[in-house]
Amino acid sequence: MPERIVYMDYNATTPLHPEVKKALVEGFDIFGNASSMHTLGRKAHEEIEKARKVVADFLGAYPEEIVFTGGGSESNNTVLQMIDCGSATCRCMSKGRLGLVTTQIEHPSVLNVAQYMENKGISVAYLPVDPTGKVDMEAYKKALAKSPALVSIMMANNEIGTIQDIRTLARMAKEKGALFHTDAVQAVGKLPISVHELGIDYLSFSAHKLYGPKGVGILYVRKGAPYCTFIHGGHQEEGRRAGTYNTLGIIGLGKAIEIASKEMDEEVARVRALRDTLKKGIQDRIPDIHINGHPTDTLPGTLNVSFQGVEGESILLYLDMEGIEVSTGSACASGSLEPSHVLLATGVGPELAHGSIRFSLGRENTIEDVNYVLEKLPSIIQRLRKMSSAYSVPSLGRSA
Amino acid sequence: MEWLYSDIVKDHFMNPRNVLEDETSFQADGLGTVGNIKCGDQMLVAIKVKDGVITDCKWKTYGCASAIASTSMLSEVVKGMKLEEAYHITPEEINRRLGGLPEHKIHCSVLGDKALRAAIDDYYRKTGQEDKIQKEKAIIVCQCMNVTDKDIERAVKEGARTYLDLQNKTKIGTVCGQCKEQTLKLLEEYVHLYG
Ligand SMILES: Cc1ncc(COP(=O)(O)O)c(C=O)c1O
Ligand code: FES
Repeated sequence: MPERIVYMDYNATTPLHPEVKKALVEGFDIFGNASSMHTLGRKAHEEIEKARKVVADFLGAYPEEIVFTGGGSESNNTVLQMIDCGSATCRCMSKGRLGLVTTQIEHPSVLNVAQYMENKGISVAYLPVDPTGKVDMEAYKKALAKSPALVSIMMANNEIGTIQDIRTLARMAKEKGALFHTDAVQAVGKLPISVHELGIDYLSFSAHKLYGPKGVGILYVRKGAPYCTFIHGGHQEEGRRAGTYNTLGIIGLGKAIEIASKEMDEEVARVRALRDTLKKGIQDRIPDIHINGHPTDTLPGTLNVSFQGVEGESILLYLDMEGIEVSTGSACASGSLEPSHVLLATGVGPELAHGSIRFSLGRENTIEDVNYVLEKLPSIIQRLRKMSSAYSVPSLGRSA
Repeated sequence: MEWLYSDIVKDHFMNPRNVLEDETSFQADGLGTVGNIKCGDQMLVAIKVKDGVITDCKWKTYGCASAIASTSMLSEVVKGMKLEEAYHITPEEINRRLGGLPEHKIHCSVLGDKALRAAIDDYYRKTGQEDKIQKEKAIIVCQCMNVTDKDIERAVKEGARTYLDLQNKTKIGTVCGQCKEQTLKLLEEYVHLYG
């Protein structure tokens, strides 16, 4: 058994906040169908509307602009597939426009939908990013000139943490008559967000990235923005998303947001300080590393580092033996043969992409955790580099 | 809780045998390097040979747990083995001794035996026994996506005519791109043959 368990994979998912857990346990008894007219049904309905209000307030939206969904992937699918919803009677968002603009660094729940839309005949522009992960503005201008129906750009990247300037990007889209969606799954609760100030039309969020339960999320839909139902069936969510209300999930999501609205500023500052200590500690202790992402415009808890000459899965598994849980952009850990598409898009090159480790910190991490990682990591890297044909064989050199 | 890999893999990963740590003092009779770090794995194998038998085998790798464990196992197995026998060791055999690797990790374990063959070839070359060097059946062209010349040939037979066709069919060249030149050459050859 390792001396300590240090979970630093909060961008993958988070543990329930104890208060969320408590709310969920209490919520177990609210079993009524929120669409039923009797007392128990109305009780469930009330809880759902309470959560909707909390979310709306937190995002600076109106409650009726919030649609509860089955998570981030569903929210993203709902928006992207509106470009061509396939219904003859539907007033789709396109109005004759059939293009989509997105980026090369989106989450698969955007990228793979974009590819699916491409197969259906929609033209898609995948914007490149600069080495820090920021969208290439020249490419964006060119793509907008083609009058796309929709732009979908993530607010903060899950792998490298880079935050985009959504306000500017959304304004540019609006000027060209395109609708704007942002995948804010990693950003909500970590950055202050006001949808109206940002001037966006759609926003996706998922509760399990913010100490809430899995399988529940929201889609913000600006009043007046086009909308096509993705999950057809009953009249729930004003006909915008069918399926018996996930009362429990929605209660948990509402609680998670309620807590974030109270604790966010303090928690963000605390986590950022821990991340900065970890970053500095790694830089001081380990040579030949590369920090991926943006130096300042980045999520508070995310640190993505490439270690020259060592492969990420090996690092991950050695760390796991010490009780340290992280993730990697290496191909070997992904089950595919390709390393992280995000890192490749930033131009770090396949070699460093294969050797990348993402530390993502959150509310249960302490300075002791950071110190523990700083104690274990250098010897692991040293050991693997000693074994590495790509680091310590002088005659082989380090291929460019 | 169960680990990702078998106990044997775990043991070889955590305590790899025969790692080449001091290359200056190890006088290799044969040295082989295969793979490329750009593609996520690279392997170096160094052997000592006496009277047609491998007396020592050391290695270094840039690779994942499967690559480390399988080469560690390989280095144990080939010690004391005749060159002819070692030449024909297969990844399946190493995999069996490791107690099995997950399906999607098997491709990570194939570099060890290739590097060993390269080391033996190197030894043959140095000792004037080139006649013993055998041509590989399929040669990996794209290390990143593990695509061989046979795969390219098949894709062309199935109608691929351009680099893009090939990429759509095999994903060749979609990661580091260093294989493009060789791929284009082979493409031309096969299109000439089957086009
Ligand atoms: C940026 C981003 N978008 C979307 C998702 C998908 O969300 P969910 O897991 O709720 O489907 C994730 C997380 O996996 C994510 O990090
Ligand atoms: S060898 Fe890297 S893409 Fe083919």
